Amino acid sequence: MLHGVPTSFYFALSGALFTIGAIGVITRRNAIVVFMCIELMLNGVNLTFIAAGNMLGSVDGMIFVFFIMTVAAAEAAIGLAIFVLLFRLRGSVNLDEIHLLKG
Amino acid sequence: MADYIWLIPAMPAVGFLINGFLGWKLPKGVVSFVACLALFISFVVSAAVFIEFLKLAPDARLFEKNVYDWIVSGDFTAKVGFRVDALSIVMCLIVTGVGFLIHVYSVGYMHDDEGFARYFTYLNLFVFMMLILVTANNMLLMFVGWEGVGLCSYLLIGFWYKKDSAANAGKKAFIVNRIGDFGFLLGIFLLWTTLGAHGVSTLDFGLLQKNAHLITGCAATLITLLFFVGATGKSAQIPLYVWLPDAMEGPTPVSSLIHAATMVTAGVYMIARLNFLYVMAPTTMFVVTLIGVVTALFAATIGCAQYDIKRVLAYSTVSQLGYMFVGVGSGAFAAGIFHLMTHAFFKGLLFLAAGSVMHAMSGELDMRKMGGLKNRIPVTYWTFLAGCIAIAGVPGFSGFFSKDEIMWKVFANYGGSLFFWIIGAVTAGLTAFYMFRMFFTTFHGDCRATDEVKHHIHESPKVMTIPLMVLAVLSVVGGWVGIPRILGGSNHFERWLEPVFGPEREAAAPALNIVTPAFAENAAQAHASSAEGLLMAAAVIIALAGIFVAYYFYVRRPDIPGKFVAALPGVFRTVNNKYYVDELYQATFVRGLFVLGRFCKRVVDETLIDGTINGVAWLLRVVGGLIRLFQSGYVQGYAFALLLGAILALGYLIIRVVP
Repeated sequence: MLHGVPTSFYFALSGALFTIGAIGVITRRNAIVVFMCIELMLNGVNLTFIAAGNMLGSVDGMIFVFFIMTVAAAEAAIGLAIFVLLFRLRGSVNLDEIHLLKG
Repeated sequence: MADYIWLIPAMPAVGFLINGFLGWKLPKGVVSFVACLALFISFVVSAAVFIEFLKLAPDARLFEKNVYDWIVSGDFTAKVGFRVDALSIVMCLIVTGVGFLIHVYSVGYMHDDEGFARYFTYLNLFVFMMLILVTANNMLLMFVGWEGVGLCSYLLIGFWYKKDSAANAGKKAFIVNRIGDFGFLLGIFLLWTTLGAHGVSTLDFGLLQKNAHLITGCAATLITLLFFVGATGKSAQIPLYVWLPDAMEGPTPVSSLIHAATMVTAGVYMIARLNFLYVMAPTTMFVVTLIGVVTALFAATIGCAQYDIKRVLAYSTVSQLGYMFVGVGSGAFAAGIFHLMTHAFFKGLLFLAAGSVMHAMSGELDMRKMGGLKNRIPVTYWTFLAGCIAIAGVPGFSGFFSKDEIMWKVFANYGGSLFFWIIGAVTAGLTAFYMFRMFFTTFHGDCRATDEVKHHIHESPKVMTIPLMVLAVLSVVGGWVGIPRILGGSNHFERWLEPVFGPEREAAAPALNIVTPAFAENAAQAHASSAEGLLMAAAVIIALAGIFVAYYFYVRRPDIPGKFVAALPGVFRTVNNKYYVDELYQATFVRGLFVLGRFCKRVVDETLIDGTINGVAWLLRVVGGLIRLFQSGYVQGYAFALLLGAILALGYLIIRVVP
């Protein structure tokens, strides 16, 4: 952690990252971009954990982050595999065109 | 010996299982051999028990054997147990003895039937159930037999199920019996609850008898009346007698079995078995006597106007059962059972002989198309005559002794009166008349059959005539075991049954005196044997008069009956149509139930139940239709909703919880 930077700054930054990611998830049509935005949100959360852990002098935050990164890596692998197959099948990864689970 | 009494009911069960599972591939000879042998072994065991009894003191004549704990619930145990005493053994001997003869006869009668094995399976099952009924040592096991004979009557009456009328008659018998059985079942419940209130939870006959004093008069009346409802169903009394005449649709030996050995005697036996309850309920006894006497007269009048020989016999059975109920109803249980026994002989004989007539006449039942069979089928003729004489009450023959015993007791015993005696005597006259009307029309005069049928008339084979002859001998001599004192006999039969009926009646008589003070008066007369002799002579004269009238009408002046009918067309038509009772039941109960059934179908089932179910389904569909609008399939829409929810939840927490 850099000296002299208040923890609240980190929180603000992570909040901004999360919000940008969330807006991206909702608005973008390309599945890959949506996927990247999800990663952005996860990293925003990671930053909060690290900052809070540092502030409270606890390693819990870091442990959480390791788990989240592991899950994110696995998720990325599976998600990208799905998109590859989806592209082969449909010729597009546009989320607007994928709504087979309509009730 | 007591360890072997279970063999009595078990043997027909074995025959039933063998023929039931293997009969379809066994040859006919083996099937009939197994069925008859089963009955014969039962008969031999019964006879052995009987001989054993003869060696014992009267009070020791009781064998009881529990085989299996059937239902164990708290302090109540229903056992599969058998009890053979003086009363049961009489029934066992009748059921197995007469039943065996009927089995043998059936071998000849059913020989060409395709359902040969099925027939003997049912027949064995029938006898098995009846033996369960008469040897059971508790009410529940008795009920098993009681239901079982109902089931078998259904199976056998509807034996030729391809014929519509037979299938319907079977159903009718079953349903009418079920109505009675319902009363029987309620009786068991009430008996059990009443005794249960005193801490006695048992349905065992021995214990019931010991604890019968705990039942108060009112409860006893109700219980016995409910049991009597059961008896009216099984033993074909007013108002539930209607199934019996229709039961003629079954093969003739089945009619014989139902009428003589099994089934219809169950009601009389049950009342005799529960005599310790019945003597405590004078009202019930009066009802039993009244129903009995009315049924006897009612059925006898119908019997006079039927042309179908089996139907005449059917109504005659209803009428004779009425006599038995008069006997047990007036406290003369032994006389009732005595008549049951002699009736089994002569009615079994008459049915089998009627079957033999049918056999000779190519299946013809209408006696207007018979006549002049006397010399063509002599064995049937003479045995039939023996049966007719026995039922008519000609002195010396079995029916005379038993009927006279009942007639005397109904006059002399408590609750009885001259009125009942007169109805009984009139019925006896009618009985003699219609039996000999049938006899003369069938066997005397000119043969009215078609040439085709005439050509085929032949005597039945030996396997059928020998049972006839045995039963004819029994019909003649069967009554000699109960010759009353007034005729120089010593009434062995009544003495034999004294351990079962004797002491209870003495004990209960004073209680009954209060209700019917006339008893004392009648009892005084009872000792005046001149009264007994006088009544006996009167009954004999009435019976002989009945025979003479039948002779005069149907042999001497065959034109008279026709004129009689022409003079009173309305009366004849009413009686010939059995007083339209079937039509009345059809219009009220059957139609009423149809209306109720239709109401249940249309309103309760189709509207109420279906409406509820369909309504729930409709509601779910509508709600589901609304909810599925949210399920757009666009993953970003879900993400947005998720986010919105999270924001709202957070906002709520921030606003409400944080400050």
